[in-house]
Amino acid sequence: MSVNTEWKPKIVAFCCNWCSYAGADLAGSSRLSYPADVKIIRIPCSCRLNPLFILRAFQRGADGVILCGCHPGDCHYSTGNYYARRRMTLLFSMLSYLGIDSRRTRVEWVSAAEGPKFAATMNDFAKTITELGENVKLGDLRCKEN
Amino acid sequence: MQKIGVFVCWCGSNIAATVDVKAVANALRSEPGVVFSTEYQYMCSENGQNLIKDTIRDYKLDGIVICSCSPRMHEATFRKTALAAGLNPYMVEIANIREQVSWIHKDMTEATDKAIVLGRAAIAKVKKNAPLTAGTSPVTKRALVIGGGIAGIQTALDVADAGYEVDIVEKSPTIGGRMAQLDKTFPTLDCAACILTPKMVEANQHENINLLTYSEVESVSGFVGSFKAKIRKKARFVDEVKCTGCGVCTEKCPSRKGLNEFNMGLNTRGAVYIPFAQAVPNKAVIDASNCIHFRTGKCGICEKNCSAGAIKFDQQDEIIERDYGAIVVATGFKPIDASAFDEYAYNQSKDVVTSLEFERLMNAAGPTKGTLLRPSDGEHPHEIVFIQCVGSRCSRDASKGKEYCSKICCMYTAKHAMLVREKYPDTKVHVFYIDVRTPGKNFDEFYRRAVEQYGVDYIKGMVGKVTVEGKKLRVQGSDLISNEQVHIDADMVVLATAIEPDPTARSIGTMLTASMDTNDFFTEAHPKLRPVESPTAGIFLSGVCQGPKDIPETVSQAGAAASKVIGLLSKNELVGNPCVAHANELLCNGCSQCERVCPYGAITYVEKEVRGPEFRGTKRVAVVNEAVCQGCGACTVTCPSTAMDLKGFSNNQIMAEVDAICR
Ligand SMILES: Cc1cc2nc3c(=O)[nH]c(=O)nc-3n(C[C@H](O)[C@H](O)[C@H](O)COP(=O)(O)OP(=O)(O)OC[C@H]3O[C@@H](n4cnc5c(N)ncnc54)[C@H](O)[C@@H]3O)c2cc1C
Ligand code: SF4
Ligand code: SF4
Ligand code: FES
Repeated sequence: MSVNTEWKPKIVAFCCNWCSYAGADLAGSSRLSYPADVKIIRIPCSCRLNPLFILRAFQRGADGVILCGCHPGDCHYSTGNYYARRRMTLLFSMLSYLGIDSRRTRVEWVSAAEGPKFAATMNDFAKTITELGENVKLGDLRCKEN
Repeated sequence: MQKIGVFVCWCGSNIAATVDVKAVANALRSEPGVVFSTEYQYMCSENGQNLIKDTIRDYKLDGIVICSCSPRMHEATFRKTALAAGLNPYMVEIANIREQVSWIHKDMTEATDKAIVLGRAAIAKVKKNAPLTAGTSPVTKRALVIGGGIAGIQTALDVADAGYEVDIVEKSPTIGGRMAQLDKTFPTLDCAACILTPKMVEANQHENINLLTYSEVESVSGFVGSFKAKIRKKARFVDEVKCTGCGVCTEKCPSRKGLNEFNMGLNTRGAVYIPFAQAVPNKAVIDASNCIHFRTGKCGICEKNCSAGAIKFDQQDEIIERDYGAIVVATGFKPIDASAFDEYAYNQSKDVVTSLEFERLMNAAGPTKGTLLRPSDGEHPHEIVFIQCVGSRCSRDASKGKEYCSKICCMYTAKHAMLVREKYPDTKVHVFYIDVRTPGKNFDEFYRRAVEQYGVDYIKGMVGKVTVEGKKLRVQGSDLISNEQVHIDADMVVLATAIEPDPTARSIGTMLTASMDTNDFFTEAHPKLRPVESPTAGIFLSGVCQGPKDIPETVSQAGAAASKVIGLLSKNELVGNPCVAHANELLCNGCSQCERVCPYGAITYVEKEVRGPEFRGTKRVAVVNEAVCQGCGACTVTCPSTAMDLKGFSNNQIMAEVDAICR
């Protein structure tokens, strides 16, 4: 693998609005740092995460994608994170089939009170991704127009 | 090309100390579509908001991005600002550069770069935003309460006192529920009837409460604020208006085969009966299956003896259709069937009774007029064994019983033991228990009184077997503390049977699309924060239908449910959340996948005339009820045809953010 000293990982973190996004806010107001490589996208619930969004991120050059939602049983919409958990399990097995190292994706439950856990999770994930190095960009096999 | 404005906030030094706000504003100015970009010390201040408003007007902006603190802080503020300047409030996006940038990063270059990326993502998103308008729907100012136990009565009284109409639908001929069957109540030992019947009467006389007893809800349609219910008022064969409740018919009726439900079948009643002396309404009812007239066409003794002329053999069921704004489920519970516990000889001996039967045997209005007598021979029992946890806390793979703790049995068993010892000091009382659980106000004190003051013999251990030995019941168990086998020759055995939801709960849950757990208890919208609401908007939960509870807990939950109902009914219309799901009917294939994952039952299907480039004709398509959808997005991901999308968090919006971040 070519060693690129300028290289910084691109990490997308999808966070549900009710728990994990609030957990990230708490990490912020508690001044708990984690790498700037992590960029958060707010979604209403973990169940809003379409597996295709993750594929899209990998197609666009993301090096790691993490989904954070409320703890099982605590989803604002009761059952959303159960769907998310099942969908992600399936997606992750497909991703490794596609050649994306399974360590580049992760699901974590972070409550609104878990600022420290949010920061720790992001630190750990960013470290893993940095160690794994640059990702192979997932090709987009869709038939191009014209 | 859309015209986007960008406003970068310093948040005093909160952001500006770590993020080069000018550099951010400059960098974002060169994003396609951005026609204006600036920074300011406090965007949320009046001056800051005026700056935003003026710019929206001057530049005729189509969307704005605020780079500031968390949207959880000021999203609502900036939406109002936009609205005030004539911009749709949903054309606002926020890049969180405080909690997610300036507060957690120290390096200025790094922080500034990240702030720019987050700004770009917000710009990319806002360009895909569409103006949204929250729908409104009217509120029918009337509540339906299903179940007339103490839970339903209390909720109805509280709602009615606030000035709203309430209908109570109760399936049995009287309201009152299980509490009416209790003798005395823990932890104060006051008589159940003395505290319950005044409430029953109050409910009957309340100008805002309409009692529909001997009635069942047949179907419910609609949604929060405007439900429509069809209620079947079963024929009583007695004119409720004419009947004075004198009870002459109940005495004269020659058929005595009907099991007295109120007394748990411990004695019989006439085919025409009034459930109990303080029943509300105090009106007779004919049980057609035991009535000689309905079988042979003869008899009619009740009719001849009723001076009010109230007997109506030709009465028909009546169907009532009414509109409601809110529905409260208060369907309560029943004790589980003890006949499955053959090891305790429930089927072999009449002297093995359940706790609820025991309540009736101790009650002055019960089959023995309150004297404790053995059901088999009417003799006074000298030694009684109580067995706790019958069918509660069973292991998952046990063939019978429930996994949960029924919560009330420890306390009512202590109550029973104490009442026996008080009334019959010569009677020995033993209680077999696994644990004694007394976490309630004055509960442990109550239990200790049973042990210390009333000398009740508590044995920690399980009963293996009860066998009938002549007139005695041989109870064989183990004492886990002395580690010895125990044999007691008792005169009576009382089983503290588990409680389970009313058998009709499942069908009510299905009718209301209110979710339930595997035990058929109704689930709450949030186990901690929204304990009296069902996840389905407009459906509230009161009493044991949600989980085992004693009376004090039931009453507080009933009041909490009422306050939620009042909050809803006090509104003239409901303003929805416009970030709801929407099915593109051209793409939808009517597969029903989305309906199955929606936790709120917001999705239905219609046959619809659809005209598109690839399809013309009638097809089945999904329709989202915007008043019911909560915007979780579960359906959008499930939809195999990408027909279902979520407004405000659409596929395109989220992917635009992904693209901007990965750029
Ligand atoms: C043996 C025993 C002793 C107890 N002793 C005590 C005590 O001493 N102190 C104490 O605090 N608690 C005691 N409890 C608990 C107490 O009985 C309950 O807390 C209380 O009755 C719960 O009230 P509820 O209204 O939720 O349910 P319920 O009393 O069960 O009332 C539910 C009502 O809904 C009606 N209903 C059900 N389904 C439908 C339907 N589909 N349509 C229309 N109507 C319907 C039922 O007919 C019933 O009238 C005892 C319980 C038992 C079993
Ligand atoms: S977004 Fe959630 S609540 Fe709305 S229709 Fe879809 S699944 Fe139901
Ligand atoms: S899942 Fe999609 S295709 Fe199927 S019914 Fe729902 S919206 Fe239509
Ligand atoms: S709202 Fe957080 S996982 Fe559903």
